[in-house]
Amino acid sequence: MTTKFTPDHEYIRVEGSTGIVGITPYAQEQLGDIVFVELPAVGKALKKGDEAAVVESVKAASEIYAPVTGTIVEVNSLLTNEPGLVNSDPEAAGWMFKIAISDASELDTLLDADGYAELTL
Amino acid sequence: MAEVPTEDLKHTPLYERHVTAGGRIVPFGGYALPVQYPTGIMTEHKWTRDNAGLFDVSHMGPGFLTLNTPSGDAETDHAAIAAIIEPLICGDIAGLKPGQIRYTLLLNESGGALDDLMVARSKTPGTLFIVVNAGTKEGDFARIAAAAGNKATLKRADDNALLALQGPEAVNVMAALVPPAADLGFMQFGEFDWNGTPVTISRSGYTGEDGFEILAPAHMSVALWDELLTDPRVRPIGLGARDSLRLEAGLPLYGHDLDETVSPIEADLGFAVSKRRREAADFPGAQRILAERDGKLSRKRVGLLVEGAPAREGAEILDALGTAIGVVTSGGFAPSLGKAIALGFVSPEHTAIGTKLQVSVRGRSQPAEVVPTPFVPHRYFRKSV
Repeated sequence: MTTKFTPDHEYIRVEGSTGIVGITPYAQEQLGDIVFVELPAVGKALKKGDEAAVVESVKAASEIYAPVTGTIVEVNSLLTNEPGLVNSDPEAAGWMFKIAISDASELDTLLDADGYAELTL
Repeated sequence: MAEVPTEDLKHTPLYERHVTAGGRIVPFGGYALPVQYPTGIMTEHKWTRDNAGLFDVSHMGPGFLTLNTPSGDAETDHAAIAAIIEPLICGDIAGLKPGQIRYTLLLNESGGALDDLMVARSKTPGTLFIVVNAGTKEGDFARIAAAAGNKATLKRADDNALLALQGPEAVNVMAALVPPAADLGFMQFGEFDWNGTPVTISRSGYTGEDGFEILAPAHMSVALWDELLTDPRVRPIGLGARDSLRLEAGLPLYGHDLDETVSPIEADLGFAVSKRRREAADFPGAQRILAERDGKLSRKRVGLLVEGAPAREGAEILDALGTAIGVVTSGGFAPSLGKAIALGFVSPEHTAIGTKLQVSVRGRSQPAEVVPTPFVPHRYFRKSV
């Protein structure tokens, strides 16, 4: 199991041919209290970099992009009523969607944990 | 989440305190100010509604307008100073009692709002205390100084610190800090002494809560800030919560809900057009504003309760059938309500309370309903004089 990161602060945890996507602890900290999460429709096909979800803080809306090309297979519907999970547990209970990865080689273009850590120093 | 260069921004006398407290500094009205402290907007917002929040609003524009050659008769001198400012605004200043504050609007010749501001009658005869917005203060002060000519002098006080203490516990905090100031009623102000330092304190604010605004000399402001924060009921609050608090209170924000094209009637601020001024029709844009008051309106500000994602500034407002009828001018999430709310302008036939409308957010329509403002009831301390 590997986790990769985008420069836009999404993580993708790879489990077989599926990626679990959310935002990093650093990103939730920067955004502040999340009050609303708009999730993609299951079955939606997305290209790498497409807008996949939107998180709203008290002050502003921020887009969450698909880290890789693929199809949405599941969304975390708990976030509809408990958007604050993105703040309290971004890497586990606060995940946003699962995507069936079309092209695993795209993962190589993303940052590894060390590369991402360097970015947020 | 890009970093904003902050080197060109002005600092308030409390800047170092904000940085030390872990405030996230953002540019606002030309100043570097904290949008939030580490606890976050939601916590800060609720703290202010339940306890007392301390805000640095030193970016705003306080000033004193004083008659150059007072006669010595308080009423004559007040009439003379009121006559200088009244031609610029729609409020009755001549009718203010000593120590009384009035919310009013600075208008252009077409009746559009150049700013919203506070004008107060000092207990010092022939002096007005004025507070204007940060983003508009240069223009406002120039306009007021020009109107004053050689009859009066405008002394800017925006090199001082201006602190706002807001929330239900504010009065108890004030009772310990400057006891006589706790006796002020809503929209009254006075000159007080804090440990030998002269301070101007008003019972006012922009959160919908009871509270005070304290104008203090810059060199004493850090000591005042620190002393206020020694009280466990007081926490520092950033601009983010200041905005969500004022939005819940249904109060317009200049540059968003008000601009040079918006009249007081359109903005649902008809109360700010004082009766005497209305009857005399002697304020800028009177013809338009009085016609609008009689119903000849093309748009009006309303409050909206929004279902789903917050509708932000610029979001289109649609009628039930999907026809565009207006635009959101400020909107967001209301921490006290747990729901999205917005202020916006719509055509007059859609302003009735309970009207079902829609807002367009990221290309999708969401239900919205016209509701009364304030969204959260005001809790001002009104006192019969």
